[in-house]
Amino acid sequence: MTGFLNTTFRRKLALGGLGAALLLGAAVPVLAQGGRDPAYAAARAAGQVGEKMDGYLGYVSTPSAALRAVVEDVNIKRKAVYAEKAQANHATVEEYALTSGCLLIRQTSPGEKYQAPDGSWQTRTSAPPLRDSRCP
Amino acid sequence: MKSIELTATSFPASIRPEGDRAMPGTTISDNGGRMTWQRALLALPVLGAMAMAGCVTVKAPDKPIVIELNINIKQEVVYRLSQDAGQTIDKNPGIF
Repeated sequence: MTGFLNTTFRRKLALGGLGAALLLGAAVPVLAQGGRDPAYAAARAAGQVGEKMDGYLGYVSTPSAALRAVVEDVNIKRKAVYAEKAQANHATVEEYALTSGCLLIRQTSPGEKYQAPDGSWQTRTSAPPLRDSRCP
Repeated sequence: MKSIELTATSFPASIRPEGDRAMPGTTISDNGGRMTWQRALLALPVLGAMAMAGCVTVKAPDKPIVIELNINIKQEVVYRLSQDAGQTIDKNPGIF
């Protein structure tokens, strides 16, 4: 009786451990990407797309059709959010988007691309990024 | 008649009751006139020095003055929106 209980208990423990490991394994990449579309996250990490000053994503190199579709989708969603929030804050979409661009460039990770005030693409380092003079 | 008496006793406007009233200091009554001129001459350098000390020199700038109103207004707006924009970015991790 005790032996039987022990084996089922052990099996349950093992299964639970396996389940936890699976859950953790699935959760870690999602957290690392911050909920981004995998294609977008990969393009970002590869420096194919970067953060523009105007608050939208831009292409650093000529994108594939698939990547273009993903980036345009993100930009359309961004514009919808900007428009909604701009109206709530009595600002224009451009003003809200520019403000977001300031913040998005600031929070780029080293290795990612961003647009400098002169329009050139820069690779983010550990140093503060080159930003518009109006950025907070 | 009262009115006639009144007009007769009062001085007409054209008459100077106390003689010629010239500029103060120019009266040649006695030594007092010369004294005021001397005093005025002595005070001139002092007045000049005071004027120089109180002078604020304003030089025209070498570069043309450019008032970038557009940028300043925008910066105010950016500062006002930055907190809200930061929250928006945090709440939408999929698209930022």
